[in-house]
Amino acid sequence: MSIEPILTIRGLEKSFADNDVLRGIDLDVMPGDCIAILGASGSGKSTFLRCLNFMEIPTGGEITHAGTTIGTARAGKPRHYPETELTQVRQKVGMVFQQFNLFPHMTVLGNVTEGLRTVQRMDKSSAETSARAELTRVGLAEKADEYPSRLSGGQKQRVAIARALALAPDLMLFDEPTSALDPELVGEVLNVIRGIADEGRTMMLVTHEVGFAYHVANRVIFMADGIIQEIGPPEQVLKNPQNARTQAFLARHKQFEF
Amino acid sequence: MDYVWDFGSVYEYRAALWVGLINTLRIFGICLFAGLSLGLAMGLARYSIRRWLRWPAACFIEFFRNTPVLVQIFWFYFAFPILAPFEISALMAAALGITLNSAAFSAEIFRGGIQSIDPGQWEAGRAIGMRYREIMARIILPQAVRRMMPALTNRGIEIFKMTTLASAIAYADLLHQARLIASVNFNPIEAYTVVALAFFVILYPIVRVTYVLERRMAKGD
Repeated sequence: MSIEPILTIRGLEKSFADNDVLRGIDLDVMPGDCIAILGASGSGKSTFLRCLNFMEIPTGGEITHAGTTIGTARAGKPRHYPETELTQVRQKVGMVFQQFNLFPHMTVLGNVTEGLRTVQRMDKSSAETSARAELTRVGLAEKADEYPSRLSGGQKQRVAIARALALAPDLMLFDEPTSALDPELVGEVLNVIRGIADEGRTMMLVTHEVGFAYHVANRVIFMADGIIQEIGPPEQVLKNPQNARTQAFLARHKQFEF
Repeated sequence: MDYVWDFGSVYEYRAALWVGLINTLRIFGICLFAGLSLGLAMGLARYSIRRWLRWPAACFIEFFRNTPVLVQIFWFYFAFPILAPFEISALMAAALGITLNSAAFSAEIFRGGIQSIDPGQWEAGRAIGMRYREIMARIILPQAVRRMMPALTNRGIEIFKMTTLASAIAYADLLHQARLIASVNFNPIEAYTVVALAFFVILYPIVRVTYVLERRMAKGD
């Protein structure tokens, strides 16, 4: 029996008014994949990631999650995506944002239990038990009763990771998770992400940390002009790129160390 | 001036004033609750992604914001019964006018408060599978209401003072009762002074409390 992809992406397109940001992307995301997405700003890499949990609604193509193609086809128009279907997928495809986006009026524990309680209707004590386990995983168990405003940027991002993990997603999306952090706080967040990758969880990561991508990812995607220019193992894409655009991009990021 | 103040003549009619006060509080309670609830609904509709909700809400808000409350009250009391087959009480007419007007103003407060919340909060809610309704109720409104507190307090005070307009259609509120007393006793100075003081004594402590609350909320932010 062959292994089913978690996501099958076919011909994915996204336009904002006249601006075609994604111009046809195909990709299979397999269980255990850790895919790093690189590209200059404006290449469409964040939009691509945001389409995968429907933060952005695709304007063309199909996304199949665990065997189910999301949305319903409409003649001559982009697929229709009902809210109920999207809330289902989003529970299985977690996302961590550049700006953390913690809920400031809830405690750390409240942030992590919110999805379990409101979306999955779990009872309070089981939700708190799961949430505390996730907080332990990101090393913040002792901050459970604090409010986000009392945390450092790195701690906030780790709480955001715990919040996403709490729903037991089968795919985690990280959208430039360290770009908003002071340099000295980047390490703690990358360590947590690396820990999650080492557990064999499937993830996709938009990042500027080329060195991190090299060490953690099993596949690297280089995007430009809304399409995948090059995809392959990190040794190949990062050390021996075939595509001229990839070569130019990496030449500008030569400061990274492998 | 050698005017001799005589509050005794007002005190004699304290039972009538008491009735007026109760009636004032009654219409205030109705208008505060109904006005803010309808205002929230209108604010949400105005901000909705659905066009068929948006534009009727916008029409409602603009219409009631740009017509005088007293005209609305007169319209409901004197004009409406001619068009509709039933009588409308003074309380109902006044409460309708004040409620609709307050709803229009507070709709703008709610809309502004909701729009002031970082879009990232919506995204974070969506990303964990929450529905629009759940995000609004659990993430957006709790944060927005804090920011709206000063504006909503002002609205509440306005509503309380607006209730005196009901006396224009002979609703037996505090002002109406005072006018009766004044016309019977020929003591308008005392009667209206008592009414003004009554409003001040009720509103000022509330305002003080909200100052404290605002300061506390600002700290918690």
